[in-house]
Amino acid sequence: MSFASVLSIMISCIFVENFVLVKFYGICPFLGVSKKMSGSVGMGLAVIFVMTISSLITHAVDVFLLIPFEITYLRTIAFILIIAALVQVVEMFLHKFVPALYSSLGIYLPLITTNCAVLGSALVISQKGAEWGFIEAVLYGAFSGVGFMMALVIFSSVRERLEFSPCPKTFEGLPRTLIAAGLVAMAFMGFSGLKIF
Amino acid sequence: MSKKNPYSLAATLKRGIITENPTLVQTLGMCPSLAISTSVINGLGMGLSVTVILICSNVIISLLRKLIPDRIRIAAYITIIAGFVMAIEMLLKAYLPDISASLGIFIPLIVVNCIILARAEAFASKNTVYRSFKDGLATGLGFTFALVIISAIRELLGSGKLLGFPVLGASYPDATLFLMAPGAFLVLGFVVAVFRKLNTKKEGK
Repeated sequence: MSFASVLSIMISCIFVENFVLVKFYGICPFLGVSKKMSGSVGMGLAVIFVMTISSLITHAVDVFLLIPFEITYLRTIAFILIIAALVQVVEMFLHKFVPALYSSLGIYLPLITTNCAVLGSALVISQKGAEWGFIEAVLYGAFSGVGFMMALVIFSSVRERLEFSPCPKTFEGLPRTLIAAGLVAMAFMGFSGLKIF
Repeated sequence: MSKKNPYSLAATLKRGIITENPTLVQTLGMCPSLAISTSVINGLGMGLSVTVILICSNVIISLLRKLIPDRIRIAAYITIIAGFVMAIEMLLKAYLPDISASLGIFIPLIVVNCIILARAEAFASKNTVYRSFKDGLATGLGFTFALVIISAIRELLGSGKLLGFPVLGASYPDATLFLMAPGAFLVLGFVVAVFRKLNTKKEGK
């Protein structure tokens, strides 16, 4: 694993194929939690945390269990159960051993089970198949999480300003948020086609 | 309106498609409605797949509503939903390989579509089987309706076609932006605004 390929995965996950703004995974928390900057930082950290671990575990289950026994059609159900269990375990672990972190991430953790970014990254990794090793899988999960958090933080600062600007009544709330998201996504289009190697 | 049975088929359909449309009013299940709405065929494929899964999962969850312990109900719902999603995934791959390829990863991601889980939690776990069946049908059709509107606008503006047939003529310059990510957000934003305007106008009368 060379430094160049690490850098390539990083740039591609965070900018070129940003999970939220380019690939549309995890739109629900993106629209739901991005009202306040503090909330989006908490959610972002929780997602990075869970996505890194879940990429590792789902990849291990895929390589050692599903592929050798030729039961890859069970992928969806296996992955979602792993993620649900993992989120529960992480929640209990943090509650017991790192209460400070738990109190700041706590309310966001249960929401992560139904965050399609986590299942999405596990499925994308599984589509790469056995050609991806564990390091690539973990890096992909972690940097996709970073991309998610970056989009969330950028967008919540846009929304914090939006709150105080006048707007026609019909467009208040969701329509205005979506149109702002469209403009942010347009900025991210500038990265498309960016390749290092 | 108040005298009518709120659980009749007509009332349920009206609620699912218009007044409580899952995508345009309740804003659930945003990921698929943004990601795969690039052509009407995709929108229909996704909408109808979700409708079938929603009906099946609503019926099964409603049947089991007295058996599932309260504490693990979410895990049980997700397992039931995932089972149907896998069945649909394999059926699409076998009989409609084109749609399966263009929807790609968003078929397995139906598992985490909040519409299905929301209906399971809010409706099917509390109501009879027949009512849950109607609710699944109505909500699924509402989702399909929203997807078809969004994807029709995007396909028309983005490539000048509708259902794959050229509509706007050869001189139309393709606004490819509408087929890409920003176009999805913009179109959905305007559709939600227009839908809300129409809904409030109706209520005002």
